[in-house]
Formats: sequence, structure tokens, C-alpha cells
Amino acid sequence: MNEFAQSARSALDLIVHADATLVRTVTLSLVVSGTACLFAAGFGLLGGAWLAVARFPGLRAALLLLNTLLALPSVVVGLVVYLLLSRSGPLGSWGILFTPTAMVIAQTILVVPVVAALARQVVADGLRDGGDPLRSLGAGPLLAALLMLLHERWAVVTILLTAFGRAIAEVGAVMIVGGNIEGVTRVMTTTIALETSKGDLPLALALGLVLLAVVGLLNIAIGLVQRSRYASVVVHPR
Amino acid sequence: MDPGMKTTRRRIAALLLGLAAGLGAVVADAQERFITMASTTSTEQSGLFPHLLPAFRKASGIDVRVVAVGTGQALDIGRRGDADVLFVHDQAAEEKFVAEGFGVRRMPVMYNDFVIVGPQTDPAGARGKDVVAALRKIAASKSAFVSRGDKSGTHAAELRYWKAAGIEAPEAKDAARPFDYKACGCGMGPALNIGSSSDAYVLTDRGTWLNFKNRGNLAILVEGDTRLFNQYGVIVVNPARHPQVKSALAQAFADWVVSAEGQSTIAAYKVGGHQLFFPDANR
Amino acid sequence: MLSTLLRLSDASVQLGKVTALQHVSLSVRRGEFIALVGANGSGKTTLLRLLHGLIDGNGARRVGEPAPVQAMVFQRPFMLNLTVWNNLRLALWLARARVPRAEAPARALEALQRVGLVESRDRPARVLSGGEQQRFALARAWAVRPDLLLLDEPTANLDPSAKKEVEALLLGFAAEGITLVMSTHNLGQAKRLATRVVYLDRGEVRLDLPTAQFFGPSADERARLFLKGELPWTLE
Repeated sequence: MNEFAQSARSALDLIVHADATLVRTVTLSLVVSGTACLFAAGFGLLGGAWLAVARFPGLRAALLLLNTLLALPSVVVGLVVYLLLSRSGPLGSWGILFTPTAMVIAQTILVVPVVAALARQVVADGLRDGGDPLRSLGAGPLLAALLMLLHERWAVVTILLTAFGRAIAEVGAVMIVGGNIEGVTRVMTTTIALETSKGDLPLALALGLVLLAVVGLLNIAIGLVQRSRYASVVVHPR
Repeated sequence: MDPGMKTTRRRIAALLLGLAAGLGAVVADAQERFITMASTTSTEQSGLFPHLLPAFRKASGIDVRVVAVGTGQALDIGRRGDADVLFVHDQAAEEKFVAEGFGVRRMPVMYNDFVIVGPQTDPAGARGKDVVAALRKIAASKSAFVSRGDKSGTHAAELRYWKAAGIEAPEAKDAARPFDYKACGCGMGPALNIGSSSDAYVLTDRGTWLNFKNRGNLAILVEGDTRLFNQYGVIVVNPARHPQVKSALAQAFADWVVSAEGQSTIAAYKVGGHQLFFPDANR
Repeated sequence: MLSTLLRLSDASVQLGKVTALQHVSLSVRRGEFIALVGANGSGKTTLLRLLHGLIDGNGARRVGEPAPVQAMVFQRPFMLNLTVWNNLRLALWLARARVPRAEAPARALEALQRVGLVESRDRPARVLSGGEQQRFALARAWAVRPDLLLLDEPTANLDPSAKKEVEALLLGFAAEGITLVMSTHNLGQAKRLATRVVYLDRGEVRLDLPTAQFFGPSADERARLFLKGELPWTLE
């Protein structure tokens, strides 16, 4: 218990003093995972919406595959992306291994299945009630699916927050494709891993708390926006 | 157009611009002068690089980005051409690397040393200056020994010492050798963590030990044996294999680190008043 | 100006293992106000969906030339999580082939005025009361100037005053020349509004008569039995 209390105090210290390296590391974590989430949102929301309304012989298999990909270990994604981006690999000429760009790519791949699977569920559930009316109004299947995402936009926000959480908390993928290079590709999670491996457990724990605090702040901000949107609404019981 | 739609479109445009700028910044750094160096975790954790690399940058204007992994992985990165220069400490593996054509040339740079740490009470009686004798005593005792077991340079050295002590396979169960051999497949820090929490003996490089904070009851018990010296080499990755390797810049680094300036910078690095690395490029 | 808008000839519909409709033949003629009556599960909703084209009729469904503009109002009105105004604008955009962009704002306003919801235009659609939501659905349907309006038990969940408002609107639409097909389990409503009554039982059309004949003293033998209460639900 003493170690936890000590770490909590260190975490507070770290945040208050806002040392330059820490700020840079936190910023990089947010930028990499945030960008990955944006890309994953684009691909995942579209893909999930499409899967909710698509009709083709392999649909069942595709859904099984999608659900399986939810359990993709981050280190496996890292390995695959590494092999692709390596100078010995097919995309070596891009020269982006060991850069934040590679990290964004890896995290996007990791997180797209999460967004797609959850978006598909939201759309499928919504279309149970809204499918016929939207069709009646003249919306084609894909458009109806996208309108459903618009309809359930707060659920979509939650989906994206989930994806962001998965991305910012992972260490396997960014470690391998980023190389944990000081000042270039070192993020919060790889720093925590490094400090742990150096034996500085209190610092590692404190950094973990800092990471949680940053994500917590983000969630509070989103919650405030959500509440202000709903403040003027009184919902009639149906 | 609805005013609402206009604002939304503006917001989307701003977001896309911001994204493009961010990505552009990331791509732009590809134009900077830098090389990628694959080295080992123990070297990075010794703290040498924040001391050495800025000096090189000042002298040459070249940034060195260090990817610190185990020796095995560092050599693999080199074989793939994903690093421009290697800086590791496993002479046999390095020479093989060059012989197979992956590296241009190997040049010795410096050495540091290994020590054996263990519980201060030293139940196995390993204390002294002889690493081989110490290992024999540990094997004969009921104590525990933690090995990295990760094909790193440190692990390779450890296996050589066991062999010299007449023990081909330390992990094999043998009535004559009742000690508990734990191989963790991990880095030096985690191995020391396991050692300190289980009062075990561990072979470690001095640098990691000096920076290690979670010591528990452990202390240095065996040091000074010349066999414990750990030789470092620098290798420029062969551009013939991978044309994208920045061989000119990498060569500049290799040349600098064995030059008088590089060597004296290495010697000047101290942890707690102790010099950690001993330059020997002119051997 | 064609007189038969839609025709079903011996249509059957399987929904999974259940035969929802069998041997249904029905012609919808311009200017009619058809009430579909029958117990729950008799196939009223399926018949409406078939008429609307939401289900495939295996060729049994024939549409008049040119195809009539259709709109449908469902039992539980579905609106997106937007304001009333934006919901309406979206519906008009979806129908943009028929409603030119420049006309859309004017049409939307007109539709809200028609059903008396103009003051609610900027409220989130979800906070409207049941009756208001159904009036909105009618506005949305009316805005595209349909030839044929299909309604699935539109007043089933409404209180009496809301029901009256909706019925008044429907009669107004009929007076404008819109053809209506409406399912209801309320025989009084059928008598009040419809020109023709179609009685469905277990997926088949058992009776198809003009209202007067269905309810009147000279009613058909079968109609009389039906009205006498051979069925498990009461007259309202």
C-alpha cells in the first residue's frame, strides 16, 4: 500500500512540475493514439455500417473474422506492421519505420475492428426500428446505416472513446514499430515499460497514474459537452 | 444552405487541415540528418547515450536515434537494414554478422564489465574475484540464480562462463547441482527485479546495476575478473544489401566514436563517480 | 390520371416459417380510403409493407403507370435524433428526385403548418408527445405530395384528443385527393373514415366491401356475423 501512496504522490508531483520530457511524451501519446482513432473512425464506422446492411454469401464468415480480430494482440499487429515497413519488406521504400507515422498505422489497424464491430452492432440494433421507415423515405441501405450512426451519435462517441482507450493503453505495437526512441517515438506506455525494466517501479506506477489522469480529463471534457447538449431537453415518457 | 451545415463544413475543413499539418510535420522530419542505431537495452540503461550522442551531434550535425533492444534483435534489425549502424557487445555474433555480408566492418570501441550480484549474506560463498569458481559454488548450493535467457550479449556471456565452469546446461536438473536456475527470457532490469525479490544471484553489467534502484538485499559479490570484461563493437550496416541505409552518415559516426574525441568522451562518462566504459579502439 | 394505382394478384408472403399472407388479391383505386381490419397477426402490417414495396411479392404486385408516389406512416413514428425541422429537411432531401432543392424549405414550412407543428420546429423530435410525433410523421409524408398514403394503425397509441386530430388530418388529405390505405383495429374509426373496408383473417382477405355495405343494415351475411362479435375484439 505504501508503494501506491508514494506513487500517487509522485504522479501529482510530475503533473504539477510538468517537466518538458513528460509533456512531450504525453503529447506524443495523445497525438499518435488520437490520429489513429480518427483514421479508425473513418474506416471502422463506414465498414461497420456497411456490414450491418450488406448481403453477400461470405457475410457470416466476415463477421466471425471481425469478432476474432477484436482479440488481436497488439504485439502481433506491431510485428506484422514492422515486417511490412522494414527496409527488407514490401513497403520499406516508404522509410517510415521507427517513426510516429508507423505507430499511427499500427494503432489504426489494431483499433479498426473495435470500431467496426461496435458500429455494426449499433446500426443493426437501430435499423430494427428505423430500417423500414428510412427505406420508405427513400434511403438506400448504406445511407440508412450511416443515418443510423448520426442518430446514435452519442453511442458513436462512446465507441470512439473505447477505441482511443485501447490505443493509448497499448504498448506492444508502438514498441516494435516505433523502437521506443528517446525524443522521437517514446510514448507513455513505452516509457512505463522502460522504467519497469529498469527497476524503477514507483516511477513506472506514477507515470501510469499520469496517463490515467490525462485520459480521465479527456472523458470529463466529453461528458461536459454531452451534458450541455442535453441540458435543455425534457424527455416525455413514452 | 442551412447555416448549421456551413459551420459543420468549416469544422470538418479545419480538422482535415490540422491533420494534414500534423502528418506533414511527421513526414518532414525525414529530411533531417539522422541515423538509426540499433543497440542494447543494457547500453541504453547505462545512461551512456545522453552523454555521448549530443557530443557527436555537436561535432557532425547528425542526430542519432537509438533503438534499444536485446543483442539478438539488434542484429536482426541490422540484417533487415532497418538500422544504419549497430553498437552491441557480442564479438562472436558481430564477426559472424560481418562475415555474412550484413556489415561493412567491425571496429572495437570500448569495454565495460559484468559483475555477479547476490544476497549480501552470500549463502553460496561466491564472493571473490573469480567468476568461474563463483558459478561452481552457486551451482553446488541451494541458492537461486536468475538468467536473462534472451539470447542477448549478456546471456551469451553467461553461458560461456557456465561452460568454463564445466556446466554445459545450467538449466538441467542434476543432484550434484541443486541450485535453482531461473531463466526469465527478459531484459537486465526485469532479471534484477526477479533476483532482488527472490534473493538470487544474477550476472549483470555494471552499468545497469549502478542505475538499478530496486536492489533489495543484493550487492556486488564478484568483480574484477578479466573474463568479465564485455567488449563493444561498432558496425556500419552494409549498403550493398540495403541501398536505403545511410552508410555515409553511419560511417561518420563509427569513425568519430573510435577517434580521440569519441574515445575521451566515452571515458569521461561516470556514474556515481565510477567510470563505466573503458575505451579501447586502438587495441 | 390513372384510376388503379396498385394491384395485387394472388399474392403470398412467407416470413420465415410463417405464411403471413396467402392468395391476396387487391386493387387500390385512386380516391379510395381503404381500411384494413382484422385481429393482430392477421397480416395487416405485412399487406401494407407489400403494397409499399418493402417486401417482395413474387411478381404479384403491379404498379400503375406512372408509378404512384407513395409515403407510409408506421405505428411507432421513427424520427432521427435531430430537430423537427431537420428531420423534415432530411426527408425532403431523401426525396430530392421529386422535391427540387429550392422548394424544400417552403414545402417543409407548409407541411408543418398543415399539421400545426410550426412552433415545435426547432425542438428535438424526440421530445414531442405521441400525438405530435404522429402528426409530424403525417407532415413528413404529406410534404412529398404522395398519390398514395399507407398508414399502419396510426392512432393505436394515442389518447382520444390526439386521435381526433389525426383523423381530421386524414380526412383532410382524402379531400385533397390523396388515396389512403390504413390498417386499424378500431371498427368505429373504419366506419368514420373509410370508403371501403377489407377484412383480413389469418393472412387471407375474407371480406372486401364498400363501407356502407360492410356496416349497413343490408350488410352481407358474413359481414353481419363478423360484426356481431364472432371475433375476440369489441366495437368501439
